Amino acid sequence: MWALSAAEWQALTLSLQVAAISVVCNLPLAVALAYALTRRFMGRGLLDAVVHLPLVLPPVAVGYLLLVLFGARGPIGHWLQAKLGLELVFTRAGAALATAVMTLPLMIRAMRVSLEHLDPGLEQAARTLGAGPWDRFFSVTLPLMLPGILAGAITAFAAGLGEFGAVITFVSNIPGQTRTLPLALYTALQMPDGDAAAARLAGLSIGLGIAGLVLAEYLSRRVARRLGR
Amino acid sequence: MLNVDIIRRQGTFTLRARFNVAAAGVTALFGPSGCGKTTTIQCIAGLLAPDGGRIELDGVCFYDAAARAQVKAEHRGVGYVFQDARLFPHLSVRGNLHYGAQRSRRAVYASFDDLVAMLELGTLLERRPNQLSGGERQRVAIGRALLAQPRLLLLDEPLASLDAARRDEVLPYLTRLRDQLAIPMVYVSHQFDEVLRLATALVLMRAGEVLDQGTLTELSGRESLRTLAGADRVGAVIEAELLGHDESGLLRLRVGAGELRIPADEPWARGTLRLHLLARDVIIATEPAISLSVRNQIAGRIESIGREAGGSDLVAIDIGANQHVFARITPAATQALELHPGKPVWAMIKAAAIQGHSFAAPARRREL
Repeated sequence: MWALSAAEWQALTLSLQVAAISVVCNLPLAVALAYALTRRFMGRGLLDAVVHLPLVLPPVAVGYLLLVLFGARGPIGHWLQAKLGLELVFTRAGAALATAVMTLPLMIRAMRVSLEHLDPGLEQAARTLGAGPWDRFFSVTLPLMLPGILAGAITAFAAGLGEFGAVITFVSNIPGQTRTLPLALYTALQMPDGDAAAARLAGLSIGLGIAGLVLAEYLSRRVARRLGR
Repeated sequence: MLNVDIIRRQGTFTLRARFNVAAAGVTALFGPSGCGKTTTIQCIAGLLAPDGGRIELDGVCFYDAAARAQVKAEHRGVGYVFQDARLFPHLSVRGNLHYGAQRSRRAVYASFDDLVAMLELGTLLERRPNQLSGGERQRVAIGRALLAQPRLLLLDEPLASLDAARRDEVLPYLTRLRDQLAIPMVYVSHQFDEVLRLATALVLMRAGEVLDQGTLTELSGRESLRTLAGADRVGAVIEAELLGHDESGLLRLRVGAGELRIPADEPWARGTLRLHLLARDVIIATEPAISLSVRNQIAGRIESIGREAGGSDLVAIDIGANQHVFARITPAATQALELHPGKPVWAMIKAAAIQGHSFAAPARRREL
């Protein structure tokens, strides 16, 4: 009853891949945005709103916007395909993109918590010791953001495993390409004899989610302790 | 030599700071809280921008409003010790000490080993900042700033966040650095005791203005310092040459044309001792007293008598060798003893009331 079928294994590994790719691609962007959002500049409020939009929009709407922008005939999608040969619609890469957009605000929120605890005086101290702006960022700010970065990455990974609406709208539900764990669960529910499979996949999703949250909490506490907070 | 001549406006507060800092020794910026001391040194460090004027260190211009020139803080080579230490929490003590050293391309005048020894940091090197006491943290911050081999060290009330015991623990390290390193330091403080123990020169500030500037000995006779230090700190600051010990173990010091003997709580061996002779501890006699427990009597001549705000008289006595002592007495006593400028008197000082602070002549500045 609890043994996974080959198709279910495929959905699980695909989910892990998609979530991992989205997290890795999102990290530099999220760090930059989280850092930028602690500073004062023109248009900060607008940037903040845009970044957080996926939290409040229906995921299907996000998927639709992605289709408009990144679809084969969308301005960005067309360019990517022509210049880089990167196809997003109906592919794993597209699933990762949809997941990345949806989880970006979660990641940024986790990082901002650790940035708000950061003493701006430390950067001043680094300045008087001869460190320029980039040097200060990499030698002081980034290491002190580490608990937030870790927590953000793990939360986004766990949430990314379960991204449904944006993925199915943008890249559809293709076995082996875009059928991730939640899509497989949804497909199983559509089958007349899919109850057992649905139960297995739901249990798996719950287990992965809890493991992710516990790990995020544990790691960020450990790092925070090392940083002496 | 540091030349500062700046103006900075912050809301209704205007700072106009103009002073010079000698090429070696400790120059104290002394004044009440909120008078603009910290703003001034933040402008020197480049952490704040003035609204006008000029800052120059050893002929290098850091800021010039007229020429629209400004050197970034990270390129000034000016060390800064903050009130709250600001050690990097993700680095060990060793990592903190190396931070500035790794980024400095200036000639090394204070080596890692020398500073670790001078500040006694050897046993702390592998610890994290959160495992240090407040005093230890400040010592590491001072070492970190100096290891960047700065051309000038700014200290912003480094002892203000410490309790009295910790303060006494850190002060000797600062005097040691002053006497052994040939780097100019600007020390911000509103504690007269710290200034007394550390400063070779003094810049007095109040309400955004520089009131006066000079050595402590010069200023101790002036109204400006008396106002800022407070009525019960009024007194003469004398740099007395150490002559040795007498048969009973008392320290013999040359003061004016005479000699003082005071109990020694530490075995002083060399140099000068800075004495603070409070006006309230000095008694005036018109003839030498024999049947009195006060053993220190110095002959002198009254130079001036001034009425203080509190209603008492402050008598300045010239004791020779360009030195003065002050005595606070009642106007009634002035009348009864018929005191007037020019009159020969004896200043009597109770030895137990004298506080001495070791003061070696500042080391000559090495060429950087």
